[in-house]
Amino acid sequence: MKLPAIIAGWLEQRAGLGAPIREAATHQVPRSSASWWYVFGSATLVAFVLQVVTGICLATVYAPSANDAWTSLERLNHEIPLGWFLRALHGWGSNFMVALVVMHMVQVFLFGAHKYPRELTWMVGVVLLLMTLGMAFTGQIMRFDQDAYWGLGIGASIAGRVPFIGRPLVHLILGGPIIAGATLSRFFTLHVFVIPAVLMALVGLHLLLVLKLGINEWPMPGRRVSRDTYRRQYEALVHADGIPFFPDAAKKDMVFAGLIILALVACAAIFGPIGPSGQPDPTIIDTEPTPDFFFLWIYAALALLPPYLETILLLTVPVIAILFLLALPLFAGTGEKSWRRRPIAVLTVVMIFLTIGSLTYLGTFAPWSPVMDAWSALPTPEAYLKDRSPLELQGALVVQAKQCRNCHSLGGEGGRRGPALDDVATRLTHDQLIRQVLQGGGEMPAYGKNLSPAEVTALVAFLETLHPLHVQPARDASGLGER
Amino acid sequence: MAEHPHSIQAPPPVSRRGFLFTLGLALNAAAAALFAVPVVGFLFSPARRLAQQAWVPLGPVASFPEGQTRLATYRNPFVQPWDGETANVPCWVRRIAGAQFQVFAINCAHLGCPVRWFPESSLFMCPCHGGVYYADGSHASGPPPRGLFEYASKIESGQLWVRGGELPTLSEPV
Repeated sequence: MKLPAIIAGWLEQRAGLGAPIREAATHQVPRSSASWWYVFGSATLVAFVLQVVTGICLATVYAPSANDAWTSLERLNHEIPLGWFLRALHGWGSNFMVALVVMHMVQVFLFGAHKYPRELTWMVGVVLLLMTLGMAFTGQIMRFDQDAYWGLGIGASIAGRVPFIGRPLVHLILGGPIIAGATLSRFFTLHVFVIPAVLMALVGLHLLLVLKLGINEWPMPGRRVSRDTYRRQYEALVHADGIPFFPDAAKKDMVFAGLIILALVACAAIFGPIGPSGQPDPTIIDTEPTPDFFFLWIYAALALLPPYLETILLLTVPVIAILFLLALPLFAGTGEKSWRRRPIAVLTVVMIFLTIGSLTYLGTFAPWSPVMDAWSALPTPEAYLKDRSPLELQGALVVQAKQCRNCHSLGGEGGRRGPALDDVATRLTHDQLIRQVLQGGGEMPAYGKNLSPAEVTALVAFLETLHPLHVQPARDASGLGER
Repeated sequence: MAEHPHSIQAPPPVSRRGFLFTLGLALNAAAAALFAVPVVGFLFSPARRLAQQAWVPLGPVASFPEGQTRLATYRNPFVQPWDGETANVPCWVRRIAGAQFQVFAINCAHLGCPVRWFPESSLFMCPCHGGVYYADGSHASGPPPRGLFEYASKIESGQLWVRGGELPTLSEPV
C-alpha cells in the first residue's frame, strides 16, 4: 500500500469521517437542479472562504487602533510586498460577495425555493444576508479613513433619532460619547470575531438544511406545493430522475466558482485596493463623505425623504422589511413555485431592483448636494458675458462670489440642487427674481441679509439676460410691475 | 400498562442521580448568571456613562475677530492615547460682537456630516445631503430637522471655553 492510502486508512479507522462525507457529497439531487441558475449559492460560499483567507492575512498587519489603522493600511498598500493585492482582493471580494448573495436570494425567491419545507433555510439565509451587509459596513469602518469616520457619524446620527434610548444607544455603538479609539475597537471586534462567528455557524446550518431537505427541483408551472404531498413527490422525483450531487450536479458550480475567482483576481489586479481616502482627522473638513457602492441607495433615500417622514421611516422601514423577509415563507409557503405563475413575486423583484437601481444612480451624482467648490472652480461661460453692460457683468460676478453656482448650474456646470440658471429669465419676471433672491423659498435660502441693494440690482440685471436667443424673457402680464 | 402498581400517589423518592442532576442544573444556572452579568455589564458600560462633558479652551478671545465665523478645534477632554487625530474636534466659532459668541458643532443636524462656512454668502452648507444654515445657525434649507447644534460657551481669563466631549445628535444636542 502507498503511504497516503495508509494514512487515510489510519484516519478512517479512528475518525470514520469518510463515509458521511462521501454520502453528503454524492447524495442524489433532482437532475433538473443541475442548472446554471443554481450556481450562486456555492459561489457565495467560495467568496466567503476567500474573504476569510484574505482577512486573516490582512489582520497580520492591520493595527486596530484609531491612531495607527490608517497608517497601517498605507503601509499595506505601498510597502509590504503584495499587501496592496491582498487589500484589493479583500475589498473587491466584499463587493463580489454582496452581489452574489443578492443574486442567490433573487434566484431562490423566483424559483420558489423558500416554500415548504425549506422555510427555515430561507430564514437563515435572510440572517446571512444581514450579516453579509454587516460585514460590508464594518469593513468600510476598518478602512479607517474620512469616509469611515463620517460614515460612523451618519450611523450615530441615525441611532440618535431613536426615541428615549437614543443617547445611550449612540454611546453603545461608539463605545463612548465620541467617535474615537474605542469606536474602532468595537467595530474591529464585530468585523473580525462576532459577525464571522455567526456567519460560519449559520452557513453550517444553511448547508445542513440544504442537505437534509434536498435541493429545490426546477419549478414547473402548475405543479403546486402542498404540505401533505410535497416530500413524497420530491423523494419520488429524486428516485426516478436523480443524479449524485458530486460530481454530476456540481460541475456547473465548479465552473462558475472558478470564473468568479478569476474575475475577482482580475478586478483586484486591474483596479487595485479600495482606499483608504484621507486620514480620519475630523478637523479636515474639506471632505465629501460617500458610502460604498452598495449603501449608496440608502444615502440617496436619506436625501430625498421628506423631513417630516424621515425619522419614522428610518426607524421603522428596516425593521418591517427584515420581519417581512423572515416571515415570507410562513405566509407564502405553499402553492405555485414557478415564477411564470407568480406575477406579484416577479413584479416585486422588478420594483425593488428599479427602486434601488435608480436610488443608486442618483446617489452616484448626488444632485441634492451643493458642489462645494463650483463658485471658485468653474468660470462663467463666455457666451453669457458677451455684449453685457457693466452692471450685468457686475451681476455675473455676484453669481460667482455668492456661491450661487454651488447649487445652480450655468452652461451645464455647477450644482444641481436648484434649477439651472441658463434660461431663468424665461421663468421669472424682474420682480419675481428680486423676490426669490431676497426671500428665498422652495429650498433656496433667503439672501436678503447677505446682499447689498447694489448687488441685488446687478445680480437681477444679469439674470434677466439669461434666456435663449429667440425666446422672450418672462413678462409681468399685468404690466404693473414693468419699469 | 393497564393499572398503576401503586394506588396511592406517593412523592417519588429523591434518588441520588436525580438529586445530582438537579444540583448540576442549579449550579450551572447560577454560574451562568454570575458569568453573564459582568460580561453584559462590561459590553454595555459605554451606554451607562452618560455625563461626559467638560469645559475646554478654544483659544484667546482676541483670535476670533468680531463679525466673523472661524473654524476652531479642541482636543477631546476624555482622550485616550490611542485615539490619535480622532480626538481633535472641530467647531465653528461666530463672534457676533464683544463677548457675544456662538459656537456651532461641525456636525450637520441631519446626519452628522461636517458643514462648511461660506463667508461670502454667510451660509453653512453640508456636502452630504445639501442642508444649508444661516450665519446664526438657524435652518435655511434642505433636510435638517433643526438648526446647527450649539455648544455652551463662556469667556474666562481671556480664553473662549466650550462645553464639549460628546458627539451631538438629535437626542443629545450638546
